[in-house]
Order: sequence, then structure tokens, then C-alpha cells
Amino acid sequence: MKILVPVKRVVDANFAIHAQADASGADLAHAHFVLNPFDEVALEAALRYKEHAQAGSMNTAVEVIAVSAGTLNAQENLRQALALGADRAILIHTDAVLQPLAVAKLLQAICVIEAPQLVLCGKQAIDDDAQQTPQMLAALLDWPQAIGAALLEIEHVEPRGAACYARVSCVTDDGQDTLELRLPAVISADLCLNTPRYTSLINIMQAKKKPLKLITPAELGVDIAPRLRTLRVFEPPKRACGVQVANIAELVSQLKLAKVLA
Amino acid sequence: MHYDALIVGAGPAGLSAAIRLKQRALAQQTELSVAVLEKSAAIGGHILSGAVFDARVLKALFVDGSASQQRLAALLQTPVSAEDFLLLSKNTHYKIPQWILPACLKNTGHYVISLADLCRYLSAEAESLGVDIYPGFAAVEVLYNAAGAVAGVLTGEMGRRKNGSQGANYQAGTQLFAPYTLFAEGCRGQLARQLDERWHLSAACDAQHYALGIKEVWAIEPALHQAGRVLHTLGWPLSESASAGGGFVYHCADNRLALGLVSSLAYQNPYFSPYAEFQRFKTHPAIARFLRGGKRLAYGARSLSTGGLQSLPKLVFPGGALLGDAAGFLNAARLKGAHAAIKSGLLAADACFAALSERRSADELSAYPAAFAQSGLWAELQQTRNAKPWLEKNLYAGSLMFGLEQHVFGRHAPWTLHRAQPDHARLKKAADCAKIDYPKPDGVLSFDLNSSLYLANIAYAEDQPKHLKLKDPARAISVNLALYDAPETRYCPAQVYEIVYEISPEQPATRAARLQINAQNCIHCKACDIKDPSQNIVWTAPQGGDGPNYVAL
Repeated sequence: MKILVPVKRVVDANFAIHAQADASGADLAHAHFVLNPFDEVALEAALRYKEHAQAGSMNTAVEVIAVSAGTLNAQENLRQALALGADRAILIHTDAVLQPLAVAKLLQAICVIEAPQLVLCGKQAIDDDAQQTPQMLAALLDWPQAIGAALLEIEHVEPRGAACYARVSCVTDDGQDTLELRLPAVISADLCLNTPRYTSLINIMQAKKKPLKLITPAELGVDIAPRLRTLRVFEPPKRACGVQVANIAELVSQLKLAKVLA
Repeated sequence: MHYDALIVGAGPAGLSAAIRLKQRALAQQTELSVAVLEKSAAIGGHILSGAVFDARVLKALFVDGSASQQRLAALLQTPVSAEDFLLLSKNTHYKIPQWILPACLKNTGHYVISLADLCRYLSAEAESLGVDIYPGFAAVEVLYNAAGAVAGVLTGEMGRRKNGSQGANYQAGTQLFAPYTLFAEGCRGQLARQLDERWHLSAACDAQHYALGIKEVWAIEPALHQAGRVLHTLGWPLSESASAGGGFVYHCADNRLALGLVSSLAYQNPYFSPYAEFQRFKTHPAIARFLRGGKRLAYGARSLSTGGLQSLPKLVFPGGALLGDAAGFLNAARLKGAHAAIKSGLLAADACFAALSERRSADELSAYPAAFAQSGLWAELQQTRNAKPWLEKNLYAGSLMFGLEQHVFGRHAPWTLHRAQPDHARLKKAADCAKIDYPKPDGVLSFDLNSSLYLANIAYAEDQPKHLKLKDPARAISVNLALYDAPETRYCPAQVYEIVYEISPEQPATRAARLQINAQNCIHCKACDIKDPSQNIVWTAPQGGDGPNYVAL
């Protein structure tokens, strides 16, 4: 069984980011980049399933493949995914700006080649918070989708060939939805799904020997031209100080001035 | 895990040693496995300095015209273009003429850099040579072999909870073994302290002396910016409390300004606050003029070793050696430590490689201190060895004496000044000292500590034990508070320590004092480990990767 785990290289949430002076984007010149935390959770879920499947009586071989799209620097994040336990990694290498639809198309192309039973990814990336790629990917592949998984169980009806189901509880605005999806499917993970493991030094060393393949969007035959243009990136205006009033009478008169009270 | 050489700390000393080891192996066509452990989440994350960098040592490290040299040129894009040395008084300043200054204070030919950028550059070079660099892993314990020699280190565990139990994703530390381990933890390294005690490395030298450097980076108005302009100051505000130290203002690339105040930790008044002194330093007209219309981008603090040659411990012990600021090679008179750290790294690596070539293991790398004694670094430190001691005696007379000494005697001054008393023993009782009334931050030039800490990008895994330990918790109140009015609440640049009064409901008239340790503010400066009057506070590494995340300090 193959599980594809798309991962994204994002700016470390611990860093304060400022807008560029010319409002063209964020100033990432000295930023530190990490694996998107939501993707770490998805990868952890894939790894736990793999360990569970290999230990149990099902004796199913599970291969976890980490995929990323972006600059060559993303290799270091894929190496981290390999150190955590992924079996191999693929980097779709491009220096162009990638938007969610382009990423979904690239992942679709990878899915056609790799034919995984499950795409397990993070619900959103912490840099753009788009929350779009998993849904778009499922639509392009015409696969079922479960978005924002808080609980995940994968059951085999029969060990090989026959249908495989995933039972997922998803976090929604008004509670939880429990869905049963027939695989292959796309499932996106919310942070509450699990607590990811730490990498160990030994795993980091061993990860260097695991395969990391480079491929380009052109080789996949995908058009990644952006559909959206960023006009301006700026920091929110500083909050003005509040006004302190001396007594109730002054409060009432200020509220009348502000037309809150008649 | 086994390596041929293990290095603790990915600062300039550690990374240079790694590069040199690999270069030697390449030249001899042998294989050598080298690993560098770094507690910060990313290279450069826990390091800071001004800095005006003497790049000659690096240019010698790489072959002329190579790709490495070209990348180095990109790092060195801001040569020093102009420099001034100011003596500040409360409202005015006096520019000291360049001809009076000794050579050690002249910076022509040097570069304004960010030390973090230097570390990232060295780290990339090291990785391209095949060094295994592991950021996010703290070395917390030295491992010894059966003969009692250093055999390697143990990295810290991950996922230990505050209550002492193991969390769901608990991971034990990893043991790394090597014939030689080079300790390059920087000033007041945690393991270097333990090694010093075990092998009595400081038995024959003066106590080490320290300073605390607090720094900010600002984006300033282009009209006020002059790339490569370097300013050093003495006098106000430290002169008000007769404390030693000085300020710096360096114009870096991209309209950035790096400025800071380095306060000697040998100060005597427990009401002295290095952070508050730095904040008011910025309000001096000679400094403030650069900051108008500017925006603060980053904040950080770190201790430096200023004892120089007189305080240099024995550098080697069976199975290991001390490099860089962990030993104390910083040249306080030249206000530079990075080049000295790199040089010491190269000397140690050469000795280590020679030993490994002879199939030696876990013995003393005596070739390292021997080479140092013959080196240009020794000559440089010998020349300026009396600078700090003179300046700590008295700012004006001391400066005069040091200047005279340099101009007349050069390196051969017939005396060597010693500062026998360790910094922590210099603190006077609170009752004998006057409180210092620091001005409130104005929010334009000077700022409160909380907003500063926000700019240090501090991150800690929440559920972990406190990494700052008290040998005797009762002493925090019975000694520190009772006798010295809790100086740790003032010298810590991260507000880790607070005295909290608790009123019990049964006896509302009495208040019990307790020392609250906000360990998750800690920016790893080591000031508490240095300055606690009874050496009660012990700094240990928190979970790997935790702490500040300095971007380019």
C-alpha cells in the first residue's frame, strides 16, 4: 500500500516576519524554514499506520512517500521527512511561485505515476493558510475527500485487491463529522490528529541514504502559471491608543459623539 | 554513533575546526568522519556579536579564486568605511582623535558583518566538505571511557515533561563517541564548566572575566545610513556607576544598524541593570541621531569572555580540547572574538588531525597549546593583555595607561596586570549601595523588556522541566534577596528571574518571598551562571532547538 504525504516548506512560526519595504511580499531574507506543522501531523499519521500494519497480522507492506514542490532548498525539509520515517521522497523542482491549483495539478500528476491508495496531507500551510490544495486535488483525481481529520482509522475489508476503507472524524464549525471513505482518497489532517515524533540523530544520518528524486513541472506536463496576482503585502496598521474617560458622563458623551448612542 | 572527531557547538570556532579537519583529510586522501552538534534550531540562532570582523584568517582558509572565496566575498560586502571613537558624557561627546588610539582599536581593512551570517557561511562550506551538522541537538553530558578520558558526549532527551514523566513522543538522548571531542560552546559553556572542574583546567590561571553584550538591529532612514561606518563609545552611561564597558554602533548592509552596549559583569552595585543601561545609552544624542524614524527589528544578548591571556585555562585534557570563547580567546582590547575563535579552531583541528593520523586516541592534544604559544594569536593577545585590567581600574587613567603602554612598549610591557577576584565575588551588599533610578522607556528609542523579548523569537516546548537549576533553592531568598536584593532580577536581559510575594490568607500581614524562574524567557546568555554571588544558579541546556531564534544578530 502506498501513502503519499505532500509536505510544504514554510517559514518557522517562531519568527516575527515583516513586510518588504516595497510591499511586494514578506521579507524572508533571513527566515528559517521548517516542515509545515500540519504536514508533520499527516506524516506522523502515515508512519503510525505503516508501523501498525507491519506489526499486525495483516502483514501489509506500506510505503510512505513524501512529496514537495518548490526550490531546491526544499530538499532539506524532505530529508527531515525521510529522517522521521518516510521511505522515499520526490521534489518537484521549480523556482516559480506556486499557488494551490498549480500544486494540486502537480500532485495529481504524481498520483497518476505513483498510484497511491491514500494521499494524507496537512489541512493548511501556515504561511498562506489557503486550505485549498487537498480539496482541489481530490476533485482533479475524482477521489473522495475528508478535510480536517481529527481521528483516522484505516480498515481493510480484505488484505489485497479488494476495497479498503478509511473512517475519519473531521473537525467542522459545529462539531464533528464522521465519514467512511473508500480508498483511494484524499485526507487532510488537522493539528489535533496526533503529536508528531522527534527525529533522532541516527535517523537523520540514515535518511541521507534514502532516495530523493528530482523532477520538474515540465517533465510532468503540468502548467503551473499562477492565476492570482498579489497586489500588495503590508502589515496591519498599528492599533491606536484607546481613550480613557474620567467618568460615566464622559463615556456617554463620547459614545454620543461617535454616534453609537442617539 | 561513532565519529573520528566530534565538535560541540556550531559557532565560528567549531565550524572552522570541522572545515580544517576535512581539508586536511582531503589533502592526504584519507577519510575522516566529523560531526558538529548545535543546540540552536538553526545555525546562527543562538549567536550574536557586533561585529567588525578581521577576515584575514578566513581568506587564508580557502584557496585563492575558489568558489568558497567567492561566497566569502558575498559575506564580506560591507568593508569598514569610516570609524570614530567617542567618549560620551551625559549630553555631549568628545571624539577621540585617531592618532591617539592604539593600533588595536583601528579597523581599516575589516568588515561589518553579522556573526550569524558568518556561521551560516561556514556551515555551508563544512557541509559541502561532508561534515555532519546537527542543529537542534544539545550536548548535555560528557561521556568518559574506562580510563577516565573523554570518549564523547550524550545529546539531550526530547519529550520529558515538566512533572518528570516521559511524554507520548519521548526520545532518549543519543551517545556519540569519538577519539577526540572539541568543545566550542562559546562563553561559559555548560560542558566546558564541568570539564574545568574535573581536570582543574583553571588551576594555573586567573579566574575568567566576563561581560554581557546586549544588542539590537534597527532598520534606519537611508539618509542617516552610511554603510561600513563604525562607532565605538566609552563613558556614559556606564561611567555613572563606575562600571566598565562600552557601546558600539555599526552600519551594516541594507540600511540596517547594529548597536549595543557591552557591560562588564565585574560591576559592584547590585542595582546595576545592563539592559536598562543599554536602553538609556540609545537616548544619547550621538546615538539617537541615527535612530530617528527607524524601526527596531531584532534584540538579543550574550556573555563574552574578557579575561584574555591571563585567564586562559589549560586547553587540553585526555580526549578533548577547548576552542574559541569556551576557552576565552576573545581579544577584548580589539573588541573582536570571531577571528580568534576561528584561529583557535584551526590550531585545535591541526593537532587533532595529526593525532588521528598517528592512530592516537583519547589522549592530550598537546600540539594544540604548543602551536598556540607560537602563533600570531598568542602574540596578539599578549600585546593587549592589560587593556581590560587597566580600564576596569579607572576609565580615564586606565585608558591613558593602556594607550601609553601600547605606544611605548607595544607587546613588551614589563608588567602583566591581574584581576584576581572573580566577577561574581565583586558584588557589594545592597545595603551598601545606592539604588539606580533608571528612566522609563520612551517607546521611541528605549523600550520595555517584553517588547524586546518579542524580537528575539524565543520558542520553547512548553511542557518541559526548567533548565535553570538552583544548587540550594533556599539561598535565592536567604542570600540573594536578603543580602543583594536579588541582582538576578536586574542583570538577566530576559526577565527570567522575578521575586514574587505571596500572601497567605491565614496571615495577611506577612508576605513570603519566592524566586520565580520564567525559564521559557531564557535567551541563553549565561549571565546568571556567571554573576550569581554564591554561584547558586546553574545553566543547563533546555530541550534541543529551544531558546531564542536570532535571525541575523
